[in-house]
Amino acid sequence: MKLKQLEGLLGDLEQFSNPKVELEQYPTGPHIASRMLFTAENSYGDITDKVVADFGCGCGTLSAAAALLDAASVIGFDIDPQSLETATLNAEELEVEIDFVQCDITKLELKGQIVNTVVMNPPFGTRKKGADMEFLSAAMKVASDAVYSLHKTSTREHIKRAALRDFNAKSAEVLCELRYDLPKLYKFHKRKEVDIAVDLWRFEPRQN
Amino acid sequence: MSIRVLKSSATKTHLRLPRCERAREREKMRLIVHNMLSCNIRGVVNKFPLRIEPEKVIVKEVDFNPDFLKHMIAKIDWKALVDGARSMGYPELPDHPPTTLESDESFLRKFHHSLLELNLEEGSLVCPETGRKFSVNKGIPNMLLHEDEV
Repeated sequence: MKLKQLEGLLGDLEQFSNPKVELEQYPTGPHIASRMLFTAENSYGDITDKVVADFGCGCGTLSAAAALLDAASVIGFDIDPQSLETATLNAEELEVEIDFVQCDITKLELKGQIVNTVVMNPPFGTRKKGADMEFLSAAMKVASDAVYSLHKTSTREHIKRAALRDFNAKSAEVLCELRYDLPKLYKFHKRKEVDIAVDLWRFEPRQN
Repeated sequence: MSIRVLKSSATKTHLRLPRCERAREREKMRLIVHNMLSCNIRGVVNKFPLRIEPEKVIVKEVDFNPDFLKHMIAKIDWKALVDGARSMGYPELPDHPPTTLESDESFLRKFHHSLLELNLEEGSLVCPETGRKFSVNKGIPNMLLHEDEV
């Protein structure tokens, strides 16, 4: 599948109808999602025929991208039942197989080495402090091969240090810097649209 | 327990059910997911595997990928898979995988069916130690804990 085609398909997905600000629910746009997963597969072979988990899947954009790139199995995890309903409908529309689990990622206990790759667009920690680190910690415990994640560029040094020192990372690399354009979703947003610099990270866990 | 069989993508475009019906056909939890889930209540030691109490199971065909399946054999908790499949109405999976896989397609087909084609739509996953039930609705297991379980 070509990048443009993937981006086009993801652009048709339904997004949050009533986003919950305390969960930092922002859609992962098709531009970022397609590039993230395309890179994961084309540069590293981390998606096709692999078991892929999407942490904080929301409406399932990253999960859908993984499925469209022929992951062997995709599982989306989220705490919010409405998002999971939308994600289920999105999977249905695209005619792809995605399993979903409702849970609190920070309290989840996943057994074994089944998941190869974790992909995620986690909360940045603007509402619940440290949420980004909690997601990263959880992902590093679950993935056997790689974790792909988005974090604010302003947190770059902090993330790198935590990943290598505390979260069992063999490597922590910024693959590229992206502009995440957030539309005015919530009442407290003053500007019509705002651009946030985010890093696309790839982490490799040390083998246990 | 009710069981229904759905055919795979070849027939999908011809049998276009109304959207609400289609959404319900899609929803499921498969044993590949069950093989990862454990009870996350604080203090519980015997937390895996969760026992399956099915109310509604759907069999949904998906493409057979033998290379993927061969990679998965070593990673799966075999007993959890065999017991899970049995509880969902499929007793054919052998208690142990064969020692040589190369020519055993019939085994791989049973493994494929158990891991990826049995779908729990409604039911519960039960903690082996506490008996706490995690419900599965529309194919989605709810692993959220109550305040006192955290």
